[in-house]
Parts: sequence; structure tokens; C-alpha cells
Amino acid sequence: MNYQTKFKKIGDKVKIGLTGTAVLLILAILAIILLAVIAGGYKSLSWEFLSQPPRDGMTKGGIFPAIFGMVFSLILMLIAVVPVGVATAVYLHEYARPDFILTRLIRGAVNNLAGVPSIVFGLFGLGFFIQFIGNGIDRSLGQSGLFGQPCILWASLTLALMNLPMIIVATEEALRAIPQAERAGALALGATKWQTIRHVVLPQAIPGILTGVVLVVSRGAGEVAPIMFTGAAYYLPYLPKLPTDQFMTLGYHIFVMTTQSPDIDATVPIAMGATLVLLALTFSLNIIAIIIRSRTRSQLRKGR
Amino acid sequence: MEIRENRLEIKDFSLYYHRTKALEEISMDIPEKKVTAIIGPSGCGKSTLLRSINRMNEMIDGVLTEGRILLDAENIYDRSIDVVELRRKVGMVFQRPNPFPKSIYENVAFGVRMGENKQAKGRLEEVVERSLKEAAIWDEVKDRLQRSAMELSGGQQQRVCIARALAVEPEVILMDEPASALDPIATAKIEELIFKLKEKYTIVIVTHNMQQAARVSDQTAFLMLGKLIEYGDTATIFTNPKNKTTEEYITGRFG
Repeated sequence: MNYQTKFKKIGDKVKIGLTGTAVLLILAILAIILLAVIAGGYKSLSWEFLSQPPRDGMTKGGIFPAIFGMVFSLILMLIAVVPVGVATAVYLHEYARPDFILTRLIRGAVNNLAGVPSIVFGLFGLGFFIQFIGNGIDRSLGQSGLFGQPCILWASLTLALMNLPMIIVATEEALRAIPQAERAGALALGATKWQTIRHVVLPQAIPGILTGVVLVVSRGAGEVAPIMFTGAAYYLPYLPKLPTDQFMTLGYHIFVMTTQSPDIDATVPIAMGATLVLLALTFSLNIIAIIIRSRTRSQLRKGR
Repeated sequence: MEIRENRLEIKDFSLYYHRTKALEEISMDIPEKKVTAIIGPSGCGKSTLLRSINRMNEMIDGVLTEGRILLDAENIYDRSIDVVELRRKVGMVFQRPNPFPKSIYENVAFGVRMGENKQAKGRLEEVVERSLKEAAIWDEVKDRLQRSAMELSGGQQQRVCIARALAVEPEVILMDEPASALDPIATAKIEELIFKLKEKYTIVIVTHNMQQAARVSDQTAFLMLGKLIEYGDTATIFTNPKNKTTEEYITGRFG
């Protein structure tokens, strides 16, 4: 073995060592977080904790309104973000010409949107959705304080806006993976462009879109900054019924319990329990989506 | 001499790809219910010419055409022509089998489902069966119509793709090297099929395999560098070509 190959071999080992260490580091960090959350939160968990509202100035009781509000807002967010995101991706990938100036502009805008910090989205939501649109609606209806105030609708739309790039990118990625030959096959059979997209392209893109949905839901569940000015409430004695109601949500509840509480000793265990629930919900959402995704994938392969 | 109708006529047809002239003033009459083969070395424009007949070249940016292609005496490049309608009359089979990741049944039914023909939609099962029979694959798949077309072998997939094209009852079928991705046995089956299909359909086939052209076609066109060098009866082209280049190509001196 000459000097050079020996040198290369050592280099190889160093690289394998470095990448391995990086993996271990990530696993260790995840393990520490999980252990800390589980250790701190498991004592709070009980059926009562999950199904009851907070009591005694939020020092006792459960977190049900926060879970309910989170689910409510995430559903609204998905209703807003998925159609718009998928439509944008379909336009960009299937219709727009790649060298066209408008296409580039849209693509640039999407990328920039993805880089905007979430607190900016929160302030934008406050300024645009609540003060501009909400107050505008109220004024034109001759009333005040219905739409022009923080509520689930505006919080969900703000989350939707923040997550739009992720849905677009995930969908486009899925569209890119579909062979051009299949589009050609459909067109050659006399299918219109839209029929080709609707019946050949989109069904195959569903697994990819679902991946985007998972990411977006997890992120939407965890973000506090975009919703703290646009709809999340410190405490509500009732469950929200309409999109124009304010809502409690897990992420914000954790923030409140850990930083805004006068009796920190009583609220930290609740915050830990809420964190555990939030993590469990996000993980199980991820798992459900992974199952749906692999089902659709194998169904596609089998051709149903 | 039999009398031939020319349903498909290519008249002074040129095609530009950006500024390159890919096809130069090609004129040829393609007889009805015959097999016409287009041969020539790689990059001579034979696939481009084929794809001009159902306007599939429009999927590519920067393609411009000149001249006319007449189907039933109508210029298919006329503004009044609906390209969707045209592609129902001019079916296409691609080089690589490209079934949809759907069931065999849904693959064959696709064209009819997407179309306007209410009658055909009403008796979809019949249409699927007839098409699969015409494509000589019915016996192999009749018990597993609901299974995915992706589970079939390459040769079977290609015949399902042919059945899929037949289901919309085209007048002309374009085949772009339909057997080049297949093994010899599957190739033989496709060739047999082409022979049968010409009773009902006008077939234009691009092939780089000269034996194949000699076996299956009635007419042969030899293309080189975007020009039509020679066109005539397959027997004449292969035994007694008029042009020196054609002779050289056919005897395998280049290409």
C-alpha cells in the first residue's frame, strides 16, 4: 500500500466518523428532549387533564380547550393552505413556462416567503387580516368588532400563509417525480390538459402532497408567534364555536403557563404535561400521515 | 394495381426547433389501411415527423411548423382544428410502454372516459374487451382486469398501451419504435399484431430496425438529416432503391 492510498483510507475513516458523530448527536438531543418532557409531564397526565378546562386561575385542571382550539385552527388552516398551495404548484409545474418572467417572479416570491420569520407573519396577520380586511368587512357591514378582532379565522389564515411555501414545494416535488411519458400517454389519447392533470398527474402526487400536509400540520401546531396577535387567547371560559371566536391552543398555552403565570410552581407541571401532549399529537399525526402515504403509494403501484 | 386512398397526406411540411430546421419540406402520401414505415439514422427526424401527425411536438417549447398535414382532406394545423379531437383520430403508441399506474381495465377505459362519446361510455366493458382482443392480449389478462397494468411484462404492457389507443377508435395509429424496448418474442408478437391491425387502421411506424420495416410495412420512407430521401413500396426500397444513400443505409454501410 502506498502512501497516498493509506492517506485516503484514513480520510475515509475520519469522514465516516464525523457523519456518524453527527447522527449520534441528533439522536442524543432528541432523546434528551423527549426524556425531559416525559419525566416532567407524565405525572400531570390523566383523563381529567385531557378532558377538562383549566381551573383555579389556571393552576389546576386540564388543557381540553387548548387541544380543541388547536385542532379547530389547524383544520381551518389546511382548508385554506392545501387548495391554494396545490393549485400554485400545478400552475408552476404544469402550465407555466419555466423561462417566463412571471414564473420566475412567483418562484422567487415563494422562496422568499419561506424565509420570512414567523413573528413577521404574526404582525402581518394583525395588520393585514385583522386591521385591513377584518375592519374593512366590519365597516362595510356597518358593525364593529366582529371580524376586526383576533379570532381563529385570522390566526388560521396567518398560519396558512406561513405554510404556503411548504405545500407548494412538496407538491412541486411530487409533480416532478411523475414521468413525462405518462402525461404524453394521456394527451395522445385525446385527454385535455386538465383531464391529464386531474386523472393522471394529481392522483400520483397525493403521497407527496400528504407529506407536505404532515410537515405543515406539525409546524402549525408548534408555532406560537404567528397566532399570538391574531387569535390565540390567554384563557377562555368557553370553547370556540365559530371561526370568529378567539381560541386557546397548546403552543400558546405552554408559553403562557411557563412565562406569564404568577404561580410558576403550580403551572410548570401543567406546561410539561401540555408539551407532552403536543409532542404526542404531532408524532401520531406524523405516523398517521406516513401510513396513509404508504397505503396510497402501494395502491398506486397496484393500480387499484 | 389496386387503387389506394390517401387519407393522410403530408405536404411541404417543415418543422423548426428553435432555429434549427428539423424537418425540411417533407411531402408524402400515406395510404389508408396500410403500414407505412419511417426509417433513417438516429436524429434524422423520423420521430419528429411521426409526432407531427398528432401534434405531440406541441408539448415542446420552441417548435414551429410550416406546410400542411391533411387528414381526410383537412389540414390538422389549421386554426379550426381541435387538437384533442385530432388525437382521438390519430392514436399513438410510444417507444417505452407507458401504462398509467391504474388497473388494466382503467388503462383501456381511460380514453373513452375522458371523451365525449356517450355511446362508448355506456358500453365501456364491451369497448375494453374489444380493444384488448384487437390488441391480442385479452386471453392473457381477462382474469385480472382489475390488477395493475404495472404488474405486466414489458411486452404485455405495450399491448395494453395499443389496446388503450384502439379503445377510442382512431383512424390512424402512430407507433414510435414500439418494440425497441422489448425482447425478440415480445417483438414478434407486436409485429404480428401490426399485421392484423392494418385491416382496420392506417398505421405509421418509426423503426430503427430495418428487418422490422421490411417485415411489417407496405410502404417505406427513408429520412436523413430531416429530408425525405426516398419513399415507395417497401419491396422496391429494400430490393431496388433508386437513391444511392438509401442503398448505402439499407445495406448497412452507415447508420
